[in-house]
Amino acid sequence: MPLRHHRFIRAIALSLLTAGGGLVACGAPDAVNVYSARQEALIKPLLDQFTEETGIAINLVTGDGDALLARLRNEGDNSPADLFLTSDAGKLYRAQADDLLQPVTSTTLQSAAPAYLRSDENYWYGLSMRARVLVYAPERVDPAELSDYASLADPVWRGRICVRSSGNIYNQSLVAGMLANDGVDATATWLEGFVANFARTPQGGDRDQIKAVAAGQCDIALVNSYYLGGMLQSDDAAERAAAQQVTLFWPNQSGRGVHINISGAGITRSASKPEQARQLIEFMLREESQRWYAEVNNEYPVREDVEPSALLQTWGPFKADELNVSELGRLNAEAVKAMDRAGWQ
Amino acid sequence: MVISAAVVAVPVTVIAASLLGPYSAAWRHLFDTVLLDYVVNSLLLMLGVGAGTMLLGVSTAWLTAHCEFPGRRLFSWALLLPMAMPAYIIAYTYTGLLDVAGPVQSGLREHFDWQHGDYWFPEIRSLGGAVCMLSLVLYPYVYLLTRVAFVDQSAALGEASRSLGTSAVQTFFRVTLPMARPAIAAGVSLALMETLADYGTVAYFGVSAFTTGIFRTWYGLGELQTAAQLAACLLLFVIALFALERRSRARLRFHRLGAGRSTRRIRLQGWRAIAAMAAALLVLTAGFLLPAAQLAGWAAQHYESAFTTAFLTLLGNSFLLAALASLCCLLLALLLGYGKRAHPGRLEAVTTRVASMGYAVPGTVIAVGVMIPFAWADNSLDHWLRQSFGVSPGLLISGTLGALVFAYVVRFLAVSLQSVEAGLTRIRADIDEAARSLGHTPLGVLRRIHLPLLRGSLLTALLLVFVDVLKELPTTLILRPFNFNTLAVRAHELASDERLAEAALPALAIVLIGLIPVILLTRSMSKATVDP
Repeated sequence: MPLRHHRFIRAIALSLLTAGGGLVACGAPDAVNVYSARQEALIKPLLDQFTEETGIAINLVTGDGDALLARLRNEGDNSPADLFLTSDAGKLYRAQADDLLQPVTSTTLQSAAPAYLRSDENYWYGLSMRARVLVYAPERVDPAELSDYASLADPVWRGRICVRSSGNIYNQSLVAGMLANDGVDATATWLEGFVANFARTPQGGDRDQIKAVAAGQCDIALVNSYYLGGMLQSDDAAERAAAQQVTLFWPNQSGRGVHINISGAGITRSASKPEQARQLIEFMLREESQRWYAEVNNEYPVREDVEPSALLQTWGPFKADELNVSELGRLNAEAVKAMDRAGWQ
Repeated sequence: MVISAAVVAVPVTVIAASLLGPYSAAWRHLFDTVLLDYVVNSLLLMLGVGAGTMLLGVSTAWLTAHCEFPGRRLFSWALLLPMAMPAYIIAYTYTGLLDVAGPVQSGLREHFDWQHGDYWFPEIRSLGGAVCMLSLVLYPYVYLLTRVAFVDQSAALGEASRSLGTSAVQTFFRVTLPMARPAIAAGVSLALMETLADYGTVAYFGVSAFTTGIFRTWYGLGELQTAAQLAACLLLFVIALFALERRSRARLRFHRLGAGRSTRRIRLQGWRAIAAMAAALLVLTAGFLLPAAQLAGWAAQHYESAFTTAFLTLLGNSFLLAALASLCCLLLALLLGYGKRAHPGRLEAVTTRVASMGYAVPGTVIAVGVMIPFAWADNSLDHWLRQSFGVSPGLLISGTLGALVFAYVVRFLAVSLQSVEAGLTRIRADIDEAARSLGHTPLGVLRRIHLPLLRGSLLTALLLVFVDVLKELPTTLILRPFNFNTLAVRAHELASDERLAEAALPALAIVLIGLIPVILLTRSMSKATVDP
């Protein structure tokens, strides 16, 4: 055997040894354990600040909301998780429905988050708001033609709308919101007209829809507003240019208001440190934290006394749909079925 | 041997057990609406990727194994590089280049003063696009396994064929190719299993494939049980498919004729040499150079903010997991491969087959299959200890690196097993017997005869799993311990937030670490396989 091969084996043996060490090293023992569907970059700095102020360490694992939920469910009463953080209301609703969360009564929390952005039994609280808005190409669309989501089913938009796949949670919650507000039949009719207006088979992410409007493939697109914010602040010149070619429109302003989803958090039933976990949620709902937490991802703070970022203020104030966001979770499966029936891929 | 295979088979069995019921109303809905789409699209995807990987893999393997042209040595390892590229990442890079807002189409519009709709351009985010992307990153499986088989083929065979008056082309189709069939089948089945398990690419391209359906049912409808049943159906399909392939070559034996000289390469001259170079370069460019260049361009924009000490930890973690898991897979594959050779019984065959099914299941689903038995064992142990001794240790295995490595073994055993078995089938049983009759112990036979003959296959097994683990995402994401991230996790977090440019640095790093074993092992392999 050549010498090189021996070296390789030795390298592997060495890494095996380090692995043994690594097994022990993960996770501080007296920490608050967080399962987060919101990605690390958007929470870690805030968690670090919490540790600095309170001395309470935090262990973090991130992942898909439903996958983390499955982990939580399987681990049962022995789950190490204290706090479950998500990037949509539906997962919190599901966790509550599966009996994986415990209620937290805290006047601080209740006064910080408006009633429609938290569970009515205090199982979880919204931490930031995300709005599903329209963007349009100003040279091809007169904003006077735009009004609410319902009008997007109008034949005048045939072949002019871009939207991503119905597998996307924010499309699902938009339809769930419609089911709650307008009922099954009206939503089914709307879906049929809306799907008929697609400029192309749904594909890509929200940024891709904005780029397609800028490139002229479609005239309007349905996206979450923070993606437009992210593109306007992008390091990539082409992305910035595309974002500058479109204009944001707040739909439903004369009706119930723009569709809102949240990122939020709840304390797990199995939590061994519920007290510290509550402190952490309270910390995240403090004014300073709210400002950072919302701004880092171009979202809106849930606290009404905290101003949104300078960029977001240029889009002006808006009226939000005050349907309790737990309805979005309750009707999510119904929404998916309705979209399947309408042929929204 | 049966026991270790059975342990690895547990997660797949857990998924399959979901078929016992209960069946929810969601099935009715799926039947009525989208199920047919899922099935048809996945079949088309498989057909396309099967044909694509075979075309790219076999042709490049033949060129580098049987022909001599300038740059052959370089190409023979460089053609493996696309393997280190996660499929969803290559999908992002090509979309960045070719979609309606990308530089190519924007350039066309600007140059010819066209509007959108004035011209035809292939849609990258489509079924065809997905076939191209997956073929480009998966052909190395076929290439690697087939090439080992080509190089191992005795020269005498080809020469005998030529002396009987067949042309070089006929010899390729009648002798070389049929002799390499087990290796090609192994490579293509790996590519197809990975295709069926892929979620990232089809989801981004908006192709309603079977995996899309599994996740939609789980995440969208909140029906994990139905999703598991869908995954189990997928498993049954894969088992049937491979059983069919095995049966079709059940009566054939593929042994090398003695030691033999290896084939003398055909020396290509003039335009033939240029054509060979161009073909190899084209595949390499499309599968690696172009997307890597796009990634490097993006990474350059973010180099300073992203390259920190935390990034080095990510590098270390990824490398560590890949090394650990590839070694575990290899050892187990050897155990199972030899077990089957020594006792070719039904039970052994079935457990081994089931144990290696994990490769065809989407990672997140297999992760749930791993989680359920571990959490059950942990909770039972905790319960028992509390009852008997009044201590509660909590969860001991769940959420550790051990559980994660086990999950990798479940998921990637097929990869190491395929190449170990492909190697073993080429060693005739009577060689063992001859060696034993000359007084060698079984261990001696293994060391003196099998190891030298198998070296190429073993290194291949190690390399394939190493690279697979490096880019593995869904299982890592859900099973990893607290505060433990890998390059793939970081790339995914950024990409899922549609910050592709920032995802480029970790993605590029995956590709670069993937290079290390590719280079080390191919150099070592070229020595092992009598390469002049």
